[in-house]
Amino acid sequence: MSLRDGPFGDIRVPLTWSAGAALVIAVIIASAILLSHPRDQVKAGAYDAARHAVDAVAGPVGGVLAAPVRWTHGGLDSVRGYFFAVSENRRLKAELVKAQATRDALAASEVENERLRAVLGIRTDPPLPHVAAETIADSRGPFANTRLADAGQDKGVTEGNPVLSEHGLVGRVVGVSAHVSRILLLTDAESRTPVILVRTNGRAILSGDGGGSPKLDFVRSSLALKEGDRVLTSGDGGVFPRGLPVGTVVRGFDGGWRVALDSDAAPIDYVQILLFTDFAQIANEQALAPKELPTAMTEEPSPSIVGPTGGAIPPKPGAVRPAVAKPAVVKPPASPRVAAKADAKKPEAKKPDAAKTDAVKKPKPATASAPKKPSTSAAPDIPL
Amino acid sequence: MTSAGIASTRSMNPIGWLGLPMLACVLATVLLATPIRIFNVSLPQPIFPLAIAFAWALIRPSILPPFALLLMGVFLDVFWGGPQGVWPLCLLTSYAAVLMVRRLIIGQDFIVVWAWYAAATLLALAVAYGVMTLMTGAPPDLIAVGWMYALPTLLLFPFARRLAERYEDADVRFR
Repeated sequence: MSLRDGPFGDIRVPLTWSAGAALVIAVIIASAILLSHPRDQVKAGAYDAARHAVDAVAGPVGGVLAAPVRWTHGGLDSVRGYFFAVSENRRLKAELVKAQATRDALAASEVENERLRAVLGIRTDPPLPHVAAETIADSRGPFANTRLADAGQDKGVTEGNPVLSEHGLVGRVVGVSAHVSRILLLTDAESRTPVILVRTNGRAILSGDGGGSPKLDFVRSSLALKEGDRVLTSGDGGVFPRGLPVGTVVRGFDGGWRVALDSDAAPIDYVQILLFTDFAQIANEQALAPKELPTAMTEEPSPSIVGPTGGAIPPKPGAVRPAVAKPAVVKPPASPRVAAKADAKKPEAKKPDAAKTDAVKKPKPATASAPKKPSTSAAPDIPL
Repeated sequence: MTSAGIASTRSMNPIGWLGLPMLACVLATVLLATPIRIFNVSLPQPIFPLAIAFAWALIRPSILPPFALLLMGVFLDVFWGGPQGVWPLCLLTSYAAVLMVRRLIIGQDFIVVWAWYAAATLLALAVAYGVMTLMTGAPPDLIAVGWMYALPTLLLFPFARRLAERYEDADVRFR
């Protein structure tokens, strides 16, 4: 029905003004929505009901739309495999030769790692449970880089869970519905990921900006970066477990340091959602909270130290000086994983839980395991 | 214009000039959200509602389009998973800008109208870019904005033009 055919057709309403008023009201509503947006969208609980509802609907729809794409890709792969079988076979043989050499090196590294772990007393993380999921929809724009995966609360997925493809880290879960979860990709403008550079052990923050390769921010020293450096998650902040593969350092168009993501090597169609929430999950909480504190092992001070008055006696001339404590020199471990683990032993890098674990699990002093040797001085032995 | 001339024009049925384009935009957006990569390159993600915002402002001023664009913006926010409120503001900016200069655009050549469309689109994206920069504390990648949003949205102009031409004579008061 035309406007002028209606009952109000003869009333000369200043439509332009009323349209302008409607526009102003709509802009006010939009601004209110914008201002009500939680500053930290990725924080657990910030995912509102509307997003849950849309995800719940978009999930199955995306699954239906994605199915023909997968079938087409599967069909094309079959055709390609048929026609390029010979060249593929040649390539695979060459890769196999390289892989065998890598396998031997890996086996040697594993043995060495085991030995170093035993020497350093490192406790390895237990394997994390995970669920596999299929990505069914994605938004690729620079203002929002997210994906929907077809695993939700029904499979135990919670907000904050890290997500990996077969090549590397993809992002983390920021919203979970009953059967669908939304993944915030590393490239999203709101994504910030603490990472570690394998070669230098330096820390940085991986900041997404909507482009294909996220930036490396807060690098302690730009000299510490080289193209081709491997980047892993550092585990700082407790969002991601330590050591997940992220990518390789590259120079961006803007001259800054960026990371070519490992997960970008192939389409992210199937993902693995680690059911990891924080480090308390890895630690055994019962072991962390013993009912009784271990008894403190103290030695009776030697009378030569305490003296008849109980105070310290100045050393006699010519007496042997007590040993001076030196920082323990630890040989750099061979593998990056062990390097990252060894770094966790440093007090400043410890999480509270980890520190507590060490405090509880290793109450005995280092001298207890050191071989006893006759002391040449009156002072007690100080471990080196 | 005679009464016969008015009768020959398309009537301003809200479903026709508002509802169906909205539905088409939603479907196209959902369709292009399918995770497809061709030659290892992701498909672009045009902002379909920007095209209809331009067309609606040209057709005639009305109370309904701002609220329809608000709804579309909220849908994009929720569906794409970005910060809420960015896309409603972006769409309404484009609509408001075109509404203010619609008398200069109507009746112009194809290329001139395209230039106006490009200006409105870039203005809307500039607003969204500024808002995103303020919200995230870091400017999004300009190359990605150009490649993923601006360029494919500019290529949607023929659809916007067709929608505008289809209804621009429906209400002669605004010619």
